[in-house]
Amino acid sequence: MRLISRIGQWFDQRLQLAAPVREAAEHRVPRNTASWWYVFGSAALTVFCLQLVTGILLALTYVPSAAEAWSSLQALNHDITLGWFIRALHGWGSNFMVAIVLIHMVQVFLFGAYKFPRELTWIIGVFLLLMTLGMAFTGQVMRFDQDAYWGLGIGASMASRVPFAGPAIVRLMLGGPIIAGATLSRFFALHVFVIPGLLIGFVCLHVLMVFKLGINEWPMPGRIVKRSTYLNEYHEQTKTDGAPFVPYAIWKDMFFAAFILLAVAACALWFGPFGPSGRPDPTVIQTVPKPDYFFLWLYALLSLLPASMETPVLLIGPVLAILGLLLLPFLSGEGEKSWKRRPIAVLTVMLIAVTLGTFTHLAEYTPWSPEMNAWSGDPVPATFLRRTTALERQGAIVFQVKQCRNCHALGGSGGQRGPALDRVAVRLTQDQLIRQVIQGGGNMPAYGKNLSPPETTALVAFLETLHPAGQAPARDAARAFALGQ
Amino acid sequence: MPSDTSLSRRGLFTKLAALFNGLVAAAIAVPIGGFLLSSITRGRGNGYLKWVSLGPAAQFPEGETRLATFRNPLVMPADGKTVDTACWVRRVEGNQFQVFAVNCAHLGCPVRWFPQSGLFMCPCHGGVYYRDGSRASGPPERGLFEYQYKVENGLIAIQAGEMPTPGAPSASLIREAPPCA
Repeated sequence: MRLISRIGQWFDQRLQLAAPVREAAEHRVPRNTASWWYVFGSAALTVFCLQLVTGILLALTYVPSAAEAWSSLQALNHDITLGWFIRALHGWGSNFMVAIVLIHMVQVFLFGAYKFPRELTWIIGVFLLLMTLGMAFTGQVMRFDQDAYWGLGIGASMASRVPFAGPAIVRLMLGGPIIAGATLSRFFALHVFVIPGLLIGFVCLHVLMVFKLGINEWPMPGRIVKRSTYLNEYHEQTKTDGAPFVPYAIWKDMFFAAFILLAVAACALWFGPFGPSGRPDPTVIQTVPKPDYFFLWLYALLSLLPASMETPVLLIGPVLAILGLLLLPFLSGEGEKSWKRRPIAVLTVMLIAVTLGTFTHLAEYTPWSPEMNAWSGDPVPATFLRRTTALERQGAIVFQVKQCRNCHALGGSGGQRGPALDRVAVRLTQDQLIRQVIQGGGNMPAYGKNLSPPETTALVAFLETLHPAGQAPARDAARAFALGQ
Repeated sequence: MPSDTSLSRRGLFTKLAALFNGLVAAAIAVPIGGFLLSSITRGRGNGYLKWVSLGPAAQFPEGETRLATFRNPLVMPADGKTVDTACWVRRVEGNQFQVFAVNCAHLGCPVRWFPQSGLFMCPCHGGVYYRDGSRASGPPERGLFEYQYKVENGLIAIQAGEMPTPGAPSASLIREAPPCA
């Protein structure tokens, strides 16, 4: 033992780190912050460390070349011992990290932790969130498969809409005129060098400030933050009702960190690694590209926005959102901290959560996209063909062959781009059906040039049979008069 | 001791050293900037575009639309399959063609041709186009991107080399909109 302590002294005489480390560990924190609500920041840091380690492990095998990346991922999945598990840890770690960073952000927002004197801690946190999302997107590119390839195309198409500089930004982003080797190489540099380097630096600053300024005390309703008095009040609280961070508060952080690591490992073990999906071959166009989970809401937003709103929302929306987050501590740097006295803050969080959740849910089944294989995959249910004439059955064939099914569901299967047609005859008269088929309208293409008159007649005859048994189809009351019958 | 306003020898050297560092940094920044921006400058004046052959025009039957592939004119060593590009070739009649980029004019996903209904459909956000490339429905604000083409000695060639995007359709000398809707 004496030998160990002498070796320790030898090092500390030269490093002189023991005293500041002890001081940081034993600094006094308000007792009420030793709460399970205060564990998300350290959990995010823990997952970040996991990402660093697993990322370096993956780099031992991964080849950042457009020609080899996909094959090297296959080798990791199938050939290299436990390569699949390291990939799964890294992939699930990424999902957990985004989720924990978001939860951490909501928690510090609702606890008013961004107020004086912790404004800069919040601002750096906003940058950390952006970098985390940047890592998530560039990481999806590293999994160089069909989704990554077409995802880059979508990113480039968005960037191209920036006024004046758009085309130049696209070439800069892609490293050339098309998505190719240079594109993967520069996203690799971003994912492995640039963003992690910045992240490490900003995380250090973020944590340093938490130590220097002290952890945000548990917000009590009615205890108002004032610039003139806050520092003294906080200091007083840590004195009268404080305890050393180690061991009073840290054990909860440690338990939660271990729990999160266990959860990541369990997901990795149970669900396995993400992809890669098909080979990134641009000549294979039978693909339905989809972004990773945390960008699904954006995917939905891009499908549902009116065309005229899209570019402004895409270009101005993120700027406003980031500006709003950065300005938040300056707009409300003082005042009430407790969420119990900040209804607008609570409502804002709920509104954003419900919006993102709804968009994400929609993007999981993409009702706006044609179902590319519905016309050849989902047969017209037999119930719709019972007691039909030859003409109506011919219409059912036209309905199927002309890919109507890709956008219109029948009997619960088919696309959801257009309305389901199970009861369309109740809504539209014969003339209206003919007009809609030939001229299109709403969101429907015009089929006039692609249907012969007999095909149209048969199709409309079939559509007219689509009504519930006890309900008469829609009729134009004036039709008989107009035709002189 | 010199007064605060006067410049000491060491103070002068420090300032000169800072100036010297600034000059060297600026000098090095020029080639670094040139390197970083090379993918922009290289393509200036449509420098990325070349005529690329799609093979004999006879392989495209009149009145039909077929998928064709070509190799991007600019190839780097690590590109692998990514330089192989697809396009939709529609032979209207005789030597009159339309060659469409597979990239949807909305956000670039690959559109698929359905000959039975005469429509191009996009799997991502639901864009649909007619057989002549004009917009039929969905979020795209315009028709499909079209390549310039020429038919010589029975071979069809297109001017290609840059991925068309909604903000830069003309960067590839691609026509703004199909001739007729």
